[in-house]
Amino acid sequence: MELVRDLFFDYTLRTVALGAGCLGAVSGTLGTFAVLRRQSLLGDAISHAALPGIVLAFLITGSKDTLVLVLGAAVAGWIGTLLVLSVTRATRIPEDSALGIVLSVFFGFGLVLLTYTQTLPTAAQAGLDRFLFGQAATLLMRDVVVIAGLGAIAVLVVALFWKEFKLLAFDREFGASIGFPMRRVEVLLTTVLVVAIVVGLQTVGVVLMAAMVVAPAAAARQWTDALGSMVVLSAGFGALAGVSGAVISASAQNVPTGPTIVLAATVFVLASMAFAPRRGLVWEAVRRRRNRRVIRADAVLEDLYELAGQHRGVAHGHAIAVLETMAGGRRDVRRSLAKLQVRGLAVAQEDGTWSITPAGLEAAERRGRIGADS
Amino acid sequence: MSVRASERTRAPRVVEDEVKQTAAIEVNDLTVAYRDAPVLWDLDLTVPSGVLMAIVGPNGAGKTTLIKAILGLVPRAAGEVRVYGGPYSEQRNLVAYVPQRGSVDWDFPTSVLDVVMMGRYGTLGWLRRAGQRERDAAMAALAKVDMVDLASRQISQLSGGQQQRVFLARALVQDARIYVMDEPFQGVDAKTERAIVTVLQSLREAGSTVVAVHHALQTVPEYFDWVALLNVRLIASGPVAEVFTDENIRRTYGVPVPRANGTAAGDMA
Repeated sequence: MELVRDLFFDYTLRTVALGAGCLGAVSGTLGTFAVLRRQSLLGDAISHAALPGIVLAFLITGSKDTLVLVLGAAVAGWIGTLLVLSVTRATRIPEDSALGIVLSVFFGFGLVLLTYTQTLPTAAQAGLDRFLFGQAATLLMRDVVVIAGLGAIAVLVVALFWKEFKLLAFDREFGASIGFPMRRVEVLLTTVLVVAIVVGLQTVGVVLMAAMVVAPAAAARQWTDALGSMVVLSAGFGALAGVSGAVISASAQNVPTGPTIVLAATVFVLASMAFAPRRGLVWEAVRRRRNRRVIRADAVLEDLYELAGQHRGVAHGHAIAVLETMAGGRRDVRRSLAKLQVRGLAVAQEDGTWSITPAGLEAAERRGRIGADS
Repeated sequence: MSVRASERTRAPRVVEDEVKQTAAIEVNDLTVAYRDAPVLWDLDLTVPSGVLMAIVGPNGAGKTTLIKAILGLVPRAAGEVRVYGGPYSEQRNLVAYVPQRGSVDWDFPTSVLDVVMMGRYGTLGWLRRAGQRERDAAMAALAKVDMVDLASRQISQLSGGQQQRVFLARALVQDARIYVMDEPFQGVDAKTERAIVTVLQSLREAGSTVVAVHHALQTVPEYFDWVALLNVRLIASGPVAEVFTDENIRRTYGVPVPRANGTAAGDMA
C-alpha cells in the first residue's frame, strides 16, 4: 500500500515508474513485430551491439548526458543490425550465425572499452556499467523526457506505416509484388526497433533488454487473434512490467532493475501461457478433460447397449459393478451414467441398477452405424 | 520512397484494342541463377492476352522462379520481362499475384477480411488506411470464392482449401488484367477446386490472362487452353491442343509419364 502511495507522491519513484512504463510500452509495441517476424534474436543482437556505442559516445564527447549516450547506442545498434541484414543477404552465412557473431563481437568490444574507461581518472564516477544490468534509480526527469520523446516517435512511425509493416510481417513477397519496396520497409521497421531498444538500455541494461522485446509480445499473442489488439496488449504488458519491476528495484537496496523488470514480464508470460482462453494450458486441459468425459460416457452407453442386447430388454437394470468391470475398472462410471441420464439416454432403476432408454438405444445404434461406415 | 499514391493511381491502364495486339507477358532471353547454378536458362516465352496458361514441369524445373522473375521478385542474371509492352515496375497495377499457400505463416494474428483487403494496399499507396470502399471490395471478392460467411474468421482456423480461396480473393480484389498463380490447385479439396475453376472461367470471359504453375498433368487440358512446358529451359509453349503432346511431355520430364491415372508427374522426374 505504501508503495502505491509512494508511486504518486514520491518524486523519485514517480520518475522511475514513468520512465520504465514508457520504455515497456515502446518495446512492447515494437516487440510485437519482432516476435511475429520470428526475429526475437535480432532484439538481443541490437541491445548487445549498442554497448560499444554508449562507451564510445562517452569517450568522444566526455558527456554522460542521456541523449548523447542513447544516440551512441542507437548508431552502434543500427550498424550491428545492418551488418546482420547485409551479411545474411550477401554471403552464405545463415541469419542466426550472423546474429550470434555480431552480438558477441560488438558486446566483447563494448566490454573491453568499458574496462578501459574505468581505468581513466576522468571516468571514476562515469557509472557506465549501469548500462549492463540497468539501474532505474538513476533515472532523472530529463531521462524520462528522452525516453518518452523517442518512444513516441517510434510508436508514431508504427501507426503511420501500419499496413506496410503488416505486409512485411505477413507476406513480404506479396508486398513487393504490389509495389512496396519491402527492403526499405524492413530497414525502417528495424530502425524503429533499434530506437525502442536503446531507450530502455539505461533502465533495463543491454544484457536483458531483449526480454522486454520478446516477453510482452509473447504474452499478448496468447490473448488475441488480431494484430491491433496484440500491439495494444503487448504495450500494456510492457508498461506494467516496467513500472512494477522498476518500482520494486528502486525501493529495495542494490537490486538491479533489469532482472527485476524482466522477472515481472516473465510473470505475465507464464500467466498468459497458463490462463489465456483457447491457447492457454489450463483452458486446454479443461477442454481435454471435457472431451474425455464425453468419450467415456459414450463408451458406457455402448456397454449398456450391449447388455440390453444380451438381456433382450430395455427395462432390465444392470449393476454399476458390471458396468465398471466392462469399462476396465474405471471409477467414474457413475459420473458418466449421470451425464447419460441428463441427456435422457440412460435411466436409474429403483434398485440402484441402470438401464438404457429407447432414446439411448437409438443413439447407440446411430453411433454404431456411423462407426461402421467410416 | 519511390511509390506515392498519386503515381500509383496514374499508372497506365491499357486500352482495350492495345490489349488484343500486345502480348500480356513477353519474356526474352531470361536467365536466373541461384548462387552459381542456373535455375532458368535463356528462356523466351510469350503469353498472349486472354489465355489461361498452365506452366508445367518436374520439380526443380524453375516454375516458381519463372513467375517470381516475371513479378520482379528474384534478380535476373540476364534477359527482360515485359508486361503489356512495359517493364513490370510500371505495369504492376495490371498484375495480381497468388503466392503458394505455404509461403506465409497462417498463425498470423489477422482475419480473412483483413488478408483480402491487403490486395487493395497497392492502390492505396503509402500511409493511407483501408476504409469502407476496400472493405466492400474485399467482401465482393470473398463472395466470388464462396467465403463471405468466413470473413471475420481468424486465418489459423481455415482449412487448406479455404486458405487458397482467401489468397485467390486477395488477388481478385486487385482487379487486375493478368493473374499469376503459384500452384493454386495444390492440396485443395473438391469444393475449392470447383471454386477456382469457376473463377478461372469468369476471368477468361472478362478477357483477363491467367498464368498458373500447375502440377496435375491430367487436368491441364480441362482447366487451361495454353500450356508452357518447362525444365530449366522452355521445352514448348502454345495452345494445349498443339503442344501438350506425349512427345513434349516426355522431353520435359525425361521419362514417359502416365497421364490418365493421376500419378503426379513431378514425383517421377
